[in-house]
Amino acid sequence: MKVLVPVKRVIDYNVKVRVKSDGSGVDLANVKMSMNPFDEIAVEEAIRLKEAGTADEVIAVSIGVKQAQETLRTALAMGADRAILVVAADDVHQDIEPLAVAKILAKVVEEEGAGLVLAGKQAIDNDMNATGQMLSALLGWSQATFASDLKIEGEHAVVTREVDGGLQTIKVKMPAIVTVDLRLNEPRYASLPNIMKAKKKPLDEKTAADYGIDVSPRLEVVKTSEPETRQAGEIVPDVDTLVAKLKEKGII
Amino acid sequence: MDFILNEEQKLMIETARKVGEKFGPDYWRALDAEKAFPTECWQAICDAGLTGAMLPEEFGGAGLGMVEVALIIEELCAAGAGATLAQIFMLNPIFGGVSIAKYGTDKMRAEWLPKLCSGEMQFCMALTEPDAGSNSLELKTSATVEGNGWRLNGQKIWITGVPQSQKMLVVARTTPVGQIEKKTQGISLFMIDTKREGLSHTAIDKLGTNTIPSSQVFFDNVLVQGDELIGTLDKGWHQLLDVLNTERIVTTAGLIGAGRLALKLGADYANERRVFGKTPIGAYQSVQFPLAQHWAELEAAKLLNLKAASFFDNGLPFGSESNAAKLIASQAASAVAERAMQIMGGMGFSKEMHAERLWRDARLFRFAPVSEEMILNYISMANLGLPRSY
Ligand SMILES: Cc1cc2nc3c(=O)[nH]c(=O)nc-3n(C[C@H](O)[C@H](O)[C@H](O)COP(=O)(O)OP(=O)(O)OC[C@H]3O[C@@H](n4cnc5c(N)ncnc54)[C@H](O)[C@@H]3O)c2cc1C
Repeated sequence: MKVLVPVKRVIDYNVKVRVKSDGSGVDLANVKMSMNPFDEIAVEEAIRLKEAGTADEVIAVSIGVKQAQETLRTALAMGADRAILVVAADDVHQDIEPLAVAKILAKVVEEEGAGLVLAGKQAIDNDMNATGQMLSALLGWSQATFASDLKIEGEHAVVTREVDGGLQTIKVKMPAIVTVDLRLNEPRYASLPNIMKAKKKPLDEKTAADYGIDVSPRLEVVKTSEPETRQAGEIVPDVDTLVAKLKEKGII
Repeated sequence: MDFILNEEQKLMIETARKVGEKFGPDYWRALDAEKAFPTECWQAICDAGLTGAMLPEEFGGAGLGMVEVALIIEELCAAGAGATLAQIFMLNPIFGGVSIAKYGTDKMRAEWLPKLCSGEMQFCMALTEPDAGSNSLELKTSATVEGNGWRLNGQKIWITGVPQSQKMLVVARTTPVGQIEKKTQGISLFMIDTKREGLSHTAIDKLGTNTIPSSQVFFDNVLVQGDELIGTLDKGWHQLLDVLNTERIVTTAGLIGAGRLALKLGADYANERRVFGKTPIGAYQSVQFPLAQHWAELEAAKLLNLKAASFFDNGLPFGSESNAAKLIASQAASAVAERAMQIMGGMGFSKEMHAERLWRDARLFRFAPVSEEMILNYISMANLGLPRSY
């Protein structure tokens, strides 16, 4: 079975995000970019499936600017077998919307004959949480989202999902799209020998046009703004004063 | 001139950062207090394949250069360890690894290098003696022929990493000074077991770098086997210098990492701490400027160090660059750690804030492995054509 893992290049989670002065979005020029952390978890899970003999090949795919090649190289250094870069934008500020990404991924899945797609549950830049679900609809495949545990049992995937108030275990028919949550695994870091090996692994470059997909935006970003700065706290001597203060502010 | 890192170098830095962050400042603070060796951290570094970055691929290394080694060490040290972690790189891949890879026998390479890379074996190096430091050619430790091997007698001081090492690179006189023309002749290198009859050591109580002990070592008629010689008999001095030369690049990389960490601790504190009214102390220029100054010094030292590393990798002389980089980096790292303490006021004196440990550790590198004065002596002669002053 081939496992396809879409990976997105996003602003590094350690970077203090700044909104562009015209409010059109987040400033990404000269900012450290990394693989979306949920996608790292998906790559890790795919590699584990291969190590366990469940998967034969792990293919990483990234859709976006040319620089996403670095993100793919990270996936290869972690242990993916090969990578496909679909160049769909020239400007780092141009985000490809979930539907366009899902349409391209659907084509790649068909072309590769993949049997499982492992994706991050969402990208930490725009938190859309949509690509996996859209892909499942486009392909007519089963979907299991927010996975915190995954087992492949014959024709089925048994997935534990993190839901409000606890865990839910579901069984879906393969082929399937599984979107992964934070607690599924702890991704490995690329060892130096694997970094050197990754250099020689194949990385194909395609364009959105090669798949006949129009990636022009359908959504309009009206405004992006910084979160309000936190107000200074106040230390109260006892519970009574706390309750009184909360009442005074109309919170309780 | 190309200052752009390639994809692999970026990935290595990323891996080094991740490994380093698993062992953050609190880990090192605890070990510093216990005077315990960072076993788990070193193992993780070995597991990630970083130890053997510049050792040959056939023996478990990655066959890369000193540029990569410098980038990796800086990032590891910046994540929490400070400058002392670079010492473990000096001891193992440099003192152990380079000496074996370049001058060892095929058997030594095949047996020891893979174990060095995997972390199963550790090394230390014994050159300095009570009366031979900057003037190391005055060393008195002698190896006299007995049968197929030698008998070693003498005393060493400040030998770092003895208790956790299996092997020690010993520098000894094999031909007495009276029978040679120059003091650089008649010196040989041996790789011997640290646990051996007649070899004893006691740890020195010291200011910093507490996670790696430094010891006095005594050789009392220690037997050395014929196959424990590394390099050429009586011609070990220049081979030793060849091994030690890269040590400077490693030291500097560690200092730059330590400096970056101190800058971050200082700047983070200055951004948060408010003393008079709502203004964070970081808004005062007297707080900002010294940090900015040290940032500039560290960046300059880093560039010079990478230049030295790149020269080394390309087979060019690099002594002036590596010495000058180490001079600036050791001063800047010491100064920025001191400045971070100042910025923290009383809290800077608390061990919880880490600046004091970085300061204690960085201080060492202003006189070791080579002192500031000896570097200035070197530059005066080699780069300025001035007469030798001593
Ligand atoms: C923590 C620690 C770890 C170490 N680890 C090791 C190790 O693992 N293996 C090992 O072999 N050694 C090790 N050393 C030894 C280290 O390399 C020496 O301390 C260093 O070379 C300086 O020698 P010294 O201490 O004898 O100082 P000295 O040579 O006695 O120098 C004393 C002072 O005089 C100055 N001075 C001397 N000559 C001149 C001159 N001509 N012009 C101007 N100034 C001069 C020096 O710069 C210095 O400031 C370590 C030392 C320390 C402190």
